[in-house]
Amino acid sequence: MTAPMINARDIDFLLYELFDSESLCNRQRYQDHDRTTFNEVINTAKQIADKHFLPIRNKLDNQQPTFDGKKVHLIKELKPALDALQESGIPSATADYEFNGMQLPPIIANVAGAYLTIAGGTALGYSMLTTANANLLQAHGSKELIEKWVKPLREGRYAGTMAMTEPGAGSGLADLTTTAIKSEDDSYKITGNKIFISGGDHDLNENIVHLVLARIKGAPKGTKGISLFVVPKFLVSDDGSIGKQNDVALAGLFHKMGGRAQTSTALSFGEKGGAVGYLVGEENKGLQYMFHMMNEARVMVGSGAAAIAVGGFQYSLDYANNRPQGRLPSCKDPHSPMVNIIEHADIKRMLLAQKAYAEGALALVLLGSQLSDDEKTAETDEAKAHAHTLLDFLTPIIKTWPSEYGPKANDFAIQVLGGHGYINEHPVEMFYRDNRLNPIHEGTTCIQSLDLLARKVPMNNMLGYKAILAEFTKTIAAGNAEPSLAAYANQLAEALTTLNKTTDFLLKAMGTENIDLVLANSVQYLSMFGHIVISWIWLKQAVIASAALKEELHINEQQFYRGKLQAMQYFYRYELPQINHWSLLLTTLDDTTYQMNTDWF
Amino acid sequence: MKVLVPIKRVIDYNVKVRVKPDNSDVDLANVKMAINPFCEIAVEEAVRLKEAGTATEVVVVSIGDKKCQEQIRTALALGADRAVHIETEESLDSLNIAKLLQKLVEEEAPQLVILGKQSIDSDNNQTGQMLAALTGMPQGTFASEVKVDGDKVNVTREVDGGLQTVALNLPAIVTTDLRLNEPRYAKLPDIMKAKRKPLDVKSAADFGIDLSPRANVLKVTPPAERSAGVVVESIDELVEKLKNEAKVIS
Repeated sequence: MTAPMINARDIDFLLYELFDSESLCNRQRYQDHDRTTFNEVINTAKQIADKHFLPIRNKLDNQQPTFDGKKVHLIKELKPALDALQESGIPSATADYEFNGMQLPPIIANVAGAYLTIAGGTALGYSMLTTANANLLQAHGSKELIEKWVKPLREGRYAGTMAMTEPGAGSGLADLTTTAIKSEDDSYKITGNKIFISGGDHDLNENIVHLVLARIKGAPKGTKGISLFVVPKFLVSDDGSIGKQNDVALAGLFHKMGGRAQTSTALSFGEKGGAVGYLVGEENKGLQYMFHMMNEARVMVGSGAAAIAVGGFQYSLDYANNRPQGRLPSCKDPHSPMVNIIEHADIKRMLLAQKAYAEGALALVLLGSQLSDDEKTAETDEAKAHAHTLLDFLTPIIKTWPSEYGPKANDFAIQVLGGHGYINEHPVEMFYRDNRLNPIHEGTTCIQSLDLLARKVPMNNMLGYKAILAEFTKTIAAGNAEPSLAAYANQLAEALTTLNKTTDFLLKAMGTENIDLVLANSVQYLSMFGHIVISWIWLKQAVIASAALKEELHINEQQFYRGKLQAMQYFYRYELPQINHWSLLLTTLDDTTYQMNTDWF
Repeated sequence: MKVLVPIKRVIDYNVKVRVKPDNSDVDLANVKMAINPFCEIAVEEAVRLKEAGTATEVVVVSIGDKKCQEQIRTALALGADRAVHIETEESLDSLNIAKLLQKLVEEEAPQLVILGKQSIDSDNNQTGQMLAALTGMPQGTFASEVKVDGDKVNVTREVDGGLQTVALNLPAIVTTDLRLNEPRYAKLPDIMKAKRKPLDVKSAADFGIDLSPRANVLKVTPPAERSAGVVVESIDELVEKLKNEAKVIS
């Protein structure tokens, strides 16, 4: 029996015990749904994962896309797999009925996506980018643009990309130089170079719609002068027929550490006089539009990271359960049978760490999906606003914590397999490589930490900060009500005291001290907040598990809940105490890195 | 042509089956359940017959407690047109199931009944054959190919020596083998449509059949665990053990 991708019992726990997803069916948008439709969708995703993506996962990783100077070559098995995915209706599952969706709650779609991510790795990227591209155009494009581009994108006939990064402008988009000049017919001529464009060229689809950030000639410098354009690979006439190739050339492919299923391209726009582009929305608002989708994209990055962490955990767990090797230190008899490695204490440690990271991260990203849903579909305006506040505040953490600790979980998965983890006969080294992108794209860990500390914390008189702390406090009260959890609830309460003290200190320091120094340890602040959020998520799970264990339960159920409690305990004993160290660096304005002279390296 | 497809809710084939500590039965508490894989093949075959224009209506039926409506919904999402749920809290043996199906066959008058050859939980391989006997309909079991030809159906059967094709007069009973087809998965729009398809719930008690069990399960035990091997010192010792302990050579 092969390793499961995800523990289905954990999915049931998260959806129906932690987040009460069944109650979503009371909302008007979801009234056609019930638990059976949710489970059927997840089952369909799992079957597509099993039948179409798992069999080609290894090949996608080993046979990177190639460029012969004219076109890109992908393995031939990829297109049928992506076509099957498109036909199943999963890519547009959350969309409205009128756009061929099934109004599926995002939290259910996130679980479906987790199966596909584990099985298909980055092959899913083609489909996900196309969906994100269509969503952005639908939100900000004119009627004509939506009519012409969104429909074929939703149908999977066209693919979509996001063309932001340039050779000289990655994290610092303010310095991008791609230019746009208005033509007589109100379209624009786009000229410039873009790099790291995922899915930038391939022949999986009839056409590719690039969403390109560029500066209209004469626009202000910095982020205030950036506009967004639709630049298709092939021009499309008004009757929808594909016309001649636009002035967009593939300059080359990048060869990546992981995520090899998806092409990463360098594109040259306008080498022959200018690529035709169409302005999205108003001039100079491009970055704003792009960032409108950024919360969604960042939750998606966190979700991918969490899924890959879960995949590695389940794989290494299965391996440890079946691999006999060595004996316990107490056993001196060489004739005694070997034990399965899961019996060894340090293997248990690495599996527990993975369980705590992966299941904690998965719960966090599902919370993110639920909040992104609540801000639109919750019963009252107040509840919508509350969800928006929480999501906006938590986004840097939902993006970063799984991205940082997902690869750490995968690192443990490799270690559990030992030498077998280091070779490509097992997927754990691939999981690690795939997951390693996540702390980088859609805003690096450092950028997220600056967003959290310098923007999200002080924003609106600390509205978001106060809102999430109120949530922590509720869970602490629930934990205190259960004697076996009181010690952990107290530990979280102490962590909040530390957090408040650290935050107060930093906010004051931002006004009075050298701001470069105050922000030098911003990543430590994000680490601290992230660990407290995950501790909170684990305590929430422990409260449910403790209550469940009070009933007479089947042995499988007892084991499941005991596992939850043990993973919670692991996090509180091995991980949460680290915040004290991070707090110390922050509240002493430790200047070790700041004072490091660049010449001393 | 109407096709009736009985389906059974069973433990999911991915789940590691455990026996209850008191050896009374397989442990089904809190395990993932699914349509019996052979029944899924039966649904697929019926749906393909409909897509080919041979069948006009596909009706699925399941017998069991309320939970088997989940599997009925799956079958409807896979393409069945409507469903009957014969509700009972009892766990029924093959003969009782066949008797209930016999009544339903009388009521629905299908031209073809396609069943899985056996269920992966009890592995009885009886219901299809019993239903054929009770209804007096011809049967083609272990089908790897089903072709309707006018008022006949040609069923290619997987038999020990290879393949055997039988021509049955309709109405007939077919039971499916593994290689008949590869079942599809439900597409999302079909999952939504399934909710609106008719589902008729009947009580098993209303069928006027004595449902008391004919066979009682006395004991269920898991397969014996393989014991550890031994290292032998010489070929002679090995031969001796094979002769006298394992008794596989003489």
